[in-house]
Amino acid sequence: MSVQIEHDKTTYEEVHPLNAIAGGKRPDPPNALASTMAFAHRALLRIKHVPEQMFDVTVFPIIFLLMFTYLFGGAIAGSTGEYLQFLLPGILVMTVSQITMYTGIDLNNDIRKGIFDRFRTLPIWLPSALVGALLVDVIRYSLASAIMIGLGLALGFRPEGGVMGVLGAVLVILLFSFSFSWIWTAAGIIMRSEKSLMMVSFLVVFPLTFVSNVFVDPSTLPSWLQGFVNINPISILATAVRGLMHGNGTWEQIGWVVVVSAIFVVIFAPLTMYLYRRKE
Amino acid sequence: MATRNVERQANGLAVEAAGLVKVYGKERAVDGVDLVIPRGTVYGFLGPNGAGKTTTIRMLATLIQPDDGSATIFGHDLKTESAAIKSRISLTGQYASIDEDLTGIENLVLISRLMGYTTKEAKLRAAELLSAFGLEQAAKRQVKKYSGGMRRRIDIAASIVVTPDLLFLDEPTTGLDPRSRNQVWEIVRALVQTGTTVLLTTQNLEEADQLADRIAVINQGKIIAEGTSSELKASVGTGTLTVQLLEAADQAQAAAILERKLSVPVHTSTDGVTLSAQAKDSSIVAEALGELGREKIGISDFSLGRPSLDEVFLTLTGQSASDQPTEEENS
Repeated sequence: MSVQIEHDKTTYEEVHPLNAIAGGKRPDPPNALASTMAFAHRALLRIKHVPEQMFDVTVFPIIFLLMFTYLFGGAIAGSTGEYLQFLLPGILVMTVSQITMYTGIDLNNDIRKGIFDRFRTLPIWLPSALVGALLVDVIRYSLASAIMIGLGLALGFRPEGGVMGVLGAVLVILLFSFSFSWIWTAAGIIMRSEKSLMMVSFLVVFPLTFVSNVFVDPSTLPSWLQGFVNINPISILATAVRGLMHGNGTWEQIGWVVVVSAIFVVIFAPLTMYLYRRKE
Repeated sequence: MATRNVERQANGLAVEAAGLVKVYGKERAVDGVDLVIPRGTVYGFLGPNGAGKTTTIRMLATLIQPDDGSATIFGHDLKTESAAIKSRISLTGQYASIDEDLTGIENLVLISRLMGYTTKEAKLRAAELLSAFGLEQAAKRQVKKYSGGMRRRIDIAASIVVTPDLLFLDEPTTGLDPRSRNQVWEIVRALVQTGTTVLLTTQNLEEADQLADRIAVINQGKIIAEGTSSELKASVGTGTLTVQLLEAADQAQAAAILERKLSVPVHTSTDGVTLSAQAKDSSIVAEALGELGREKIGISDFSLGRPSLDEVFLTLTGQSASDQPTEEENS
């Protein structure tokens, strides 16, 4: 080991600037896994250097859960304890869906800053730039889920599905969120600024999460609204998550989440990459 | 290194383009650009903001598709062989093409890994480049805390992680202080010495003069002049004749004589003793000066300077490079 360090030190000092400048030999291009890992590493480094960005995945879930439990609990379900049983899976879905635009926002910034052009001139499998970042987003979603479930348990949430049910629910959320994020990567390329992207995502996510079965039982809604609520992807996810957490989930519910996720990826991943290559 | 050099210079062209066109809406950002850039040379794109320099570079770097025309990079067709081209070129954009939230070394390691180095090789290469660019001290600082000159250097370092055969530098010294600008010039010279072809854009006439083997003057999407720095200067005449008179009282008469002899407008300065005019060739200048002597007009000093590129630009476009509108270039 000490020999190795000595060796490195020597090479480091002996390199003449001109040789260093000219000495970049071209290796074989990285495979898809290697470039994806490099981009994932970049996203992790960004979290390390800009830790504030973790605020929404740590503090928001706590605020949301406390707020909605105590605000609506008495009015909607008669007691906060009972409402928490109903609400927690849904609000977990809502919170995680609201943080799916991270990679889209980062991509939008990359485009405006010029590093996007550098990536596009590299001999790499281009989707890895996004897949790597989206994999790190999965860590964000997991962290938000862990915090919310932990707090929920402390407040009296009792999932009948047990540990396996909760883990299964989180996995379903991760799958859905990863797929849902591709909408924001496509939008991130089209939108002119981070602000307009935030606005569009708000306009989409806000109604989607509220006009769903997250807060209320759809049978209390007017029939024309029920129709929308039932096909709303957020409702589909919330139903599956609720089922898994309460131990009465069905394969059909999970199957629908998989179908919806697949639809998102099949449409928006190729669209993103098409826009990525064509962006002027 | 030596073999690389020989091999490069032995054959042909780095860039050959014919009739490149890029249209944005109604504006023809690039309007029929032809280029021939030999390997191992520095080629300068000189022009004001919005002239089409960046758009041309982005087309050649495979980032945007031309609307018309064709080009080859090292013989590879721009339209059909972009993968092969990508493996030979590198681009340093007008704005820092690095992640400013990451440190210098993290950026270089990232790019090295994306080029195909293992993590260990990437770290070695990053350290080597930081040292060569005088950035060891700043290696572990976030790039957003770098000065303009350091940012530019780390950006160029990222572009040559794998030494490219053709490097595009888009306004590499805009906004830099003279010392940082000289450092960037040194880097460009070092790169060319090792065989890399460099295509750089600049609004700075001195920069083009200093670095470029050949220069294309570009205005409103068209190349309006092309050649070596000396050729361009020669095309607008010998240069500027400046005459200092002994007596301010002689100024009007002297100006009249020079105007008659040189057949060009003569500029008189407010100090009353300085006259200047464009001169087409030196024999006429000698005659004009002789005439001043015969009229007993005393001269304290005179000079015949070669024209600056600024004058070239003025002559070619009718406007000074710095007088041009400063709207952002389309990208």
